[in-house]
Amino acid sequence: MKNILEVKDLHTSFFTHLGEVKAVNGVSFAVGPGEVIGIVGESGSGKSVTSLSIINLLPFPGKIVGGSILFAGKELINLPEKEMQKIRGNEISIIFQDPMTSLNPVFTVGNQIMEPLVRHRGLSRDEARQKAIEMLAMVGIPSPEKRINQYPHEFSGGMRQRVMIAMALCCRPKLLIADEPTTALDVTIQAQIIELMKDLRDKTGTSIILITHDLGVVAEVCSRVIVMYAGSIIEQGNRRDIFYRPRHPYTRGLLRSVPGIRAKQKERLKPIDGQPPDLLNTAAGCPFYPRCEHAMLICAEERPSYTEFSSAHKAACWLYHPLAPRVERSI
Amino acid sequence: MNREEILVEVSHLKKYFASRPGFFRKRQTVVKAVDDVSFQIHRGETLGLVGESGCGKTTVGRTIIRLYPATAGKIVYAGLDITNFTEKQMFPLRKKIQMIFQDPYASLNARMTVGDIIGEPLDIHGIAAGRQRKEMIMELLNKVGLSPEHASRYPHEFSGGQRQRIGIARAMAVEPEFIICDEPLSALDVSIQAQVVNLLEDLQSKLGLTYLFIAHDLSMVKHISNRIGVMYLGKLVELASSNDLYQNPLHPYTRALLSAIPVPDPDTADQKQRIILEGDVPSPINPPEGCRFRTRCRHARTGCGESTPEMKEVEPGHFVACYLAHDGYSG
Ligand SMILES: Nc1ncnc2c1ncn2[C@@H]1O[C@H](COP(=O)(O)OP(=O)(O)OP(=O)(O)O)[C@@H](O)[C@H]1O
Ligand SMILES: Nc1ncnc2c1ncn2[C@@H]1O[C@H](COP(=O)(O)OP(=O)(O)OP(=O)(O)O)[C@@H](O)[C@H]1O
Ligand SMILES: [Mg+2]
Ligand SMILES: [Mg+2]
Repeated sequence: MKNILEVKDLHTSFFTHLGEVKAVNGVSFAVGPGEVIGIVGESGSGKSVTSLSIINLLPFPGKIVGGSILFAGKELINLPEKEMQKIRGNEISIIFQDPMTSLNPVFTVGNQIMEPLVRHRGLSRDEARQKAIEMLAMVGIPSPEKRINQYPHEFSGGMRQRVMIAMALCCRPKLLIADEPTTALDVTIQAQIIELMKDLRDKTGTSIILITHDLGVVAEVCSRVIVMYAGSIIEQGNRRDIFYRPRHPYTRGLLRSVPGIRAKQKERLKPIDGQPPDLLNTAAGCPFYPRCEHAMLICAEERPSYTEFSSAHKAACWLYHPLAPRVERSI
Repeated sequence: MNREEILVEVSHLKKYFASRPGFFRKRQTVVKAVDDVSFQIHRGETLGLVGESGCGKTTVGRTIIRLYPATAGKIVYAGLDITNFTEKQMFPLRKKIQMIFQDPYASLNARMTVGDIIGEPLDIHGIAAGRQRKEMIMELLNKVGLSPEHASRYPHEFSGGQRQRIGIARAMAVEPEFIICDEPLSALDVSIQAQVVNLLEDLQSKLGLTYLFIAHDLSMVKHISNRIGVMYLGKLVELASSNDLYQNPLHPYTRALLSAIPVPDPDTADQKQRIILEGDVPSPINPPEGCRFRTRCRHARTGCGESTPEMKEVEPGHFVACYLAHDGYSG
């Protein structure tokens, strides 16, 4: 099947007075139809900038400096804003982390869901209203016919996030980008949203890019996982590859630093030492090199290329070069 | 160290916040943030406190150290009834009790150097001055894994994890015995969280500290705590050793909370039967009569609305406030 989205060698930078911040530095991945793909990585690793690049909503002074973004076969980079507007909110929808800042407080929830239906889909107001009620019911809002006339502040945090998801889905987008959709929510409400995302995955066939820093959320909903570090994808693979056969020392480190919930004995956590790098002064070598317990001389000098372990699973690490010393698995 | 020695004893603690009648509200409303909570903390242990946003965890912490006056109940610290202590009477205790805050960005004074932030408690309590003060600051920086040259820098020059270390160094400056950690990890990345947890554990075993560890990340709480209390809408609903709580949760809310945690393990995630709580947490202004959880509880029966279940020891050291659990879930 053909991919819905193909990102190739994407470079996005922020041109600040201190210099160029290389927020996304050569990112390539593809999303198939109906696929749910997770992007994980620490704060500042470039997850949001990647997604904002796709829909061309980069804040100033951000700019795409290279690469290609093919959506349904069409190049999005340098697409005129007018055409981009037709795609955004219609064929590609995005859900942001904080539902309160993305809902307009002065319009009713119903109005906000109906607006793109009228604008993009040419529905009449009555039809749009029916559709909005249907969508609210689908995301589990009780008595949607009444709720539709209420304002965002009358909804709780979890319900606002549901409204955001309803809005994002009402135009039946081909691609949904959800940027930390559960981070601001409580655990039990987060669980409601995770179940809802799973439901969407199984019922609508929309492709989803789910951005999160929570490895648990990824393990529950995504079929494929991309691990980002300092603006690059350092490893990607199927869910089981990443959780059971991680290759990159950073991925292994991430998995080791969360406590096992089923562990009966108390074990000391194994953090990754050091801090994430400063993207202003990127060095020549592997971005993870200063924190890596297996670092070799070459790692400081040259960026590693990808080694493929299967058609879906690859990692950028010198350890897998044929001439590198063998390292014991440590997870 | 005597594990049985009780350092903190809280009995029937209540903290109500009154809001003045406003333009929209005719009558004065009362938020029952903490409503009849009792527990003990043994010297040298870590008591975890979990529950969803707004359930009263921070208020418990702040009332214990008398940042808020208690509405009712009793707080005994090291054998002293401090419930009605004046600020002057509290002063010597302020050295022994410290607090570490959730937000490492907001809790440090941006205009002070790191050295002065850490040195401030030394000045307030007249512990050290001049050369000795300087030496103590260096030692503290060293203790939390920062280096001496950091002393002359300002908070904004540090990452989140480093700022949290500065907060910890400051709390350690006065040689405390009891530290309230209010969500010290939630602003930090996964790999950095483990660094801070290890630091807190090292300091505890070296200095014999006692912790009240407030959090909503249940997997970290389980890792760090000896015992855990679960709060819901201002009430403690279950209290047990961390292993008992995770292996044999008795309150339906605890069960839902545990099942809500996303597990970073695909096989476990796929098999998991999740208990989804419907709806949202009710308002603490008008909490449900009787058991406060009954409106979201799938086991609720008529008796649950008539009177409030008390905390009862159903197994050694395992307390729960639920009529069903009291009856062993029969009938
Ligand atoms: N407006 C901006 N000006 C300068 N640099 C920016 C700007 N926005 C983002 N960046 C930089 O781009 C990098 C990537 O940021 P991005 O928001 O994509 O991170 P993220 O992975 O989404 O992190 P988080 O988990 O915190 O959301 C960061 O290092 C950040 O400093
Ligand atoms: N100073 C205050 N004045 C009035 N109401 C307050 C005050 N502090 C807290 N509350 C209310 O008391 C309740 C408990 O708040 P608290 O901050 O203790 O919750 P929490 O469990 O720490 O939540 P979170 O996980 O969001 O930090 C909330 O309903 C809150 O709105
Ligand atoms: Mg982001
Ligand atoms: Mg709090």
